[in-house]
Amino acid sequence: MKSRPLVLASIAVTVALSAPAHAQVEIHWWHSMTAVNNEWVNDLANDFNASQKDYKIVPTYKGTYDVSMTTAVAAFRAGQGPHILQVFEVGTATMMASKGAVVPVTQVMKDAGFKFDPAAYIPAVAGYYTAPNGQMLSFPLNSSTTVFYINKDAFKAAGIDTSKAPATWPEVALAAAKLKASGHKCPLTIAWQGWTQLESFSTWHNVELATKSNGLKGLDARLVANSPLHVRHIENLANMSKQGLFIYKGRANVPEASFVSGECAMITTSSGFYGNVKKNAKFDFALASLPYYPDVPGAPQNTVIGGASLWVLAGKKPAEYKGVATFFNYLSSPEVQSASHKRTGYLPITMAAFALTEKSGFYKENPGTDTAVNQMVRKVTDKSRGIRLGNYVQIRTIEDEEFENVWGGKKTAQEGLDSIVKRGNELLERFEKASKGG
Amino acid sequence: MAAEKRVTFRSPWLPWALLAPQVVIIALFFFWPAGQALLQSLQQSDAFGTSVEWVGLENFRNLWNDETYLASFVTTAVFSVLVASLGLSLSLLLAVFADRIVKGSGIYRTLLIWPYAVAPAVAGVLWLFMFAPSVGIVSYMLREGGFEWNHLLNGNHAMALIVMAAVWKQIAYNFLFFLAGLQSIPKSLIEAAAIDGAGPWRRFWTIQFPLLSPTTFFLLVINVVYVLLDTFAIVDAATSGGPGKDTSILVYKLYYDGFKALDLGGSAAQSVVLMVIVVIFTVVQFRFVEKKVNY
Amino acid sequence: MVERRPALGILAHVVLILGVLIVALPVYITFVASTHANEDIIHPPMPLTPGSHMVENYTAVLTGTQAGGGSKASVGQMMIVSLVTALVIAIGKIAISLLSAFAIVYFRFPFRMFFFWAIFVTLMLPVEVRIAPTYKVVSDLGMLNTYAGLTVPLIASATATFLFRQFFLTVPDELTEASRMDGAGPLRFFWDVLVPLSRTSIAALFVIQFIYGWNQYLWPLLVTTSEDMYPVVIGIKRMISGGDAQTEWGTVMATAMLAMIPPALVVMLMQRWFVKGLVDTEK
Repeated sequence: MKSRPLVLASIAVTVALSAPAHAQVEIHWWHSMTAVNNEWVNDLANDFNASQKDYKIVPTYKGTYDVSMTTAVAAFRAGQGPHILQVFEVGTATMMASKGAVVPVTQVMKDAGFKFDPAAYIPAVAGYYTAPNGQMLSFPLNSSTTVFYINKDAFKAAGIDTSKAPATWPEVALAAAKLKASGHKCPLTIAWQGWTQLESFSTWHNVELATKSNGLKGLDARLVANSPLHVRHIENLANMSKQGLFIYKGRANVPEASFVSGECAMITTSSGFYGNVKKNAKFDFALASLPYYPDVPGAPQNTVIGGASLWVLAGKKPAEYKGVATFFNYLSSPEVQSASHKRTGYLPITMAAFALTEKSGFYKENPGTDTAVNQMVRKVTDKSRGIRLGNYVQIRTIEDEEFENVWGGKKTAQEGLDSIVKRGNELLERFEKASKGG
Repeated sequence: MAAEKRVTFRSPWLPWALLAPQVVIIALFFFWPAGQALLQSLQQSDAFGTSVEWVGLENFRNLWNDETYLASFVTTAVFSVLVASLGLSLSLLLAVFADRIVKGSGIYRTLLIWPYAVAPAVAGVLWLFMFAPSVGIVSYMLREGGFEWNHLLNGNHAMALIVMAAVWKQIAYNFLFFLAGLQSIPKSLIEAAAIDGAGPWRRFWTIQFPLLSPTTFFLLVINVVYVLLDTFAIVDAATSGGPGKDTSILVYKLYYDGFKALDLGGSAAQSVVLMVIVVIFTVVQFRFVEKKVNY
Repeated sequence: MVERRPALGILAHVVLILGVLIVALPVYITFVASTHANEDIIHPPMPLTPGSHMVENYTAVLTGTQAGGGSKASVGQMMIVSLVTALVIAIGKIAISLLSAFAIVYFRFPFRMFFFWAIFVTLMLPVEVRIAPTYKVVSDLGMLNTYAGLTVPLIASATATFLFRQFFLTVPDELTEASRMDGAGPLRFFWDVLVPLSRTSIAALFVIQFIYGWNQYLWPLLVTTSEDMYPVVIGIKRMISGGDAQTEWGTVMATAMLAMIPPALVVMLMQRWFVKGLVDTEK
């Protein structure tokens, strides 16, 4: 019953079965796309591989974003890392701080001889992944932003005018009250609460979430998310929760299921949710901009993106980097961008792609799908360009935890936000220290 | 009876040869990596390890100063006691009854062990599926029955959910071993006691339970280790430690910091603490509980 | 059992049925979900009885035409990887643990208890914590993306050794003496007496370790670099959308059901060994 012969046999078989080396340069791309997006990624790779003979992109699903990042870290430390790694937006600061491990995209493109024009990219999208000196660090692949969906049938049943979705928070509260009065059990819910109600909320109203331009300008940024405006908004939501106008349905994107099933009538969440709603909702719905407070100067400004970008890891050969650059060039062509945008609902990253999609009449056929892009093409300010804070995965969780305390009535809005700022700043301090030490 | 054999073999080389395979494997694939992992508790580094800084006990000090970490000791204690006691008692009950009946025992056995075959990765999703606030069947039924189930905002509901999920998995595991243990008790002993006039209740306590004690001890140790170290996936899938921090058990924070937040130093420090706790528990069990085991 | 106690017999059945209902409920729900179309599942309540889409869902999964996931490696391929991994881990673990437990229980030698505790302590630091350095060791040994890399590091744990130690301690000394008097050496005793006696434990452990190996997710994800060495659990996870795209629950559940079949078969086959062990353990 010894396993030794079996183990040796397996090794022998595996060695015998390994294919001979290709003349093509193989480029490994680790990603976290699942379900239909998994197919999209594979198609992108297949189409690129078919279009030329020098390079072969090999995409591999490596678990969810956090798992794949840990996997890549372990592999990198052992010298076995991939060339391209898809990292979620909240991991940006972490990646940036790992100076010896990443190669900025601008550099990769330049070294390979490609022209790289930052102005061609949609400001709020590319800005998020750009260093203070203008260098683009990673390649935005799948970006989405925060938008607002409403269930038009539920609105009609409550006697609310559906020609225009509620544009401001006071209007939202009014609509919610009417829905509740007509017997609706869940007028409003919120997905990705940290992202929609704190981060995007801040940039949308042109107020700072954290100092130093939300961290873009330095590691010594600190959270200021407990400003009077923030407290006012969270207090409003907390009151709505007490009155049964806003029902908390979970963290991340879990609440989306309640919208699709018709249970909740309004939801703030990602623009990427559109495909899901279109396919599965059995009611008439509309996609609109995120609500805002009309009395705040500068609102609405622009929202902040979510999603992920592609980072290039260090330690590979120049020929391989050329392949990466070629692939990125392929991905940024307007045709590929436009097709991806239409297929997945993710934002196009170049103005040219946006224009192409508009010309094709896509937005007319699918009303509301250009809302997300329109929120992003405005000229950004220092307070709205993007957010880059270290240890942000943990800070997002702190936001979730403290919000739950507020919705559950354990803390007031002021207390909750103060906790977020206090706990978050501790983490930011530690991140600053850890990054300086290297 | 002590945990030693009276009759043993003597050989200068054989025991070493027998031990060698396991020792080599654990030296290579456990001790060496574990040492490195624990070393990280004294360091602070960026995710990719390109800048590593020696910080001594600072990671431990950060833990000590974090009030949410200290609170999670209590949460963990509550969770562990519930899961271990429910898991062991329920499965013992089922095993005893399954051992008793002759007809249909095979079917019962398969059906009761099958949940163990559900991959943890899938099981977490299943529980979420059943209890999801909107599409979940169980939540729906509870609501129809008038019970306002809301594990999203009610800490007790959330704790109940993860206890259920953890116990569910362990029942299958414990059941399997209890049944194996019960079935290796010679029938002759039971029959002899029955002839002497002992009823099933007496027989259980005087014969089966004592003879089952090696298995029970095994399961006790394993269950404690399981609940302290392996329940991360359940919490991650079902409640993410929420609402607030109400279901944030020690091991959850450990994995979260190591895997999601990529704070390897902090995560390693927590592993050291957790490992010390587990070792203490185990030593206590061996010292005091094993005395009562009949071999 | 021994005397006729019909009331107790009925109670036993009632308790067991209740137990089965509670314990098997999630599995049942998985099955029901795998027979419905996706729309029915996401609009609650999902009906509790099997639906009409069973053939559709299962064919889609087996032929790889379902959305998102089957493009690289088919379910069949992944099941083979899982099967080999599970078998190697189960057999490997049982083999080396039998030897180690035998050495520790039946021999006196210096550092005996030290080795027991050294083996035992491997239970106390979970895999995920030491996974990155373990990966480096595996990579340095050139075992990445091989069956060896998938299995050997997982054979390191101590559950089996502990269980066998417990069992061996219950084996009466008379048997050892009798074997000695027959002139048998330790290995003879081990092979002819101890191993057959340990049947039920081996069977139980085989089930557990097979399922453990079958359900591996994190380690294979790390240690394989090509998707055709992926075991089936990764395939399932890959279909569950973490983002905003719709998860095709019907086909996901169908895959999960298929993935549960080999472990279930193992459980059923091991029943035979349980019974056989029953008959033979008249000590």
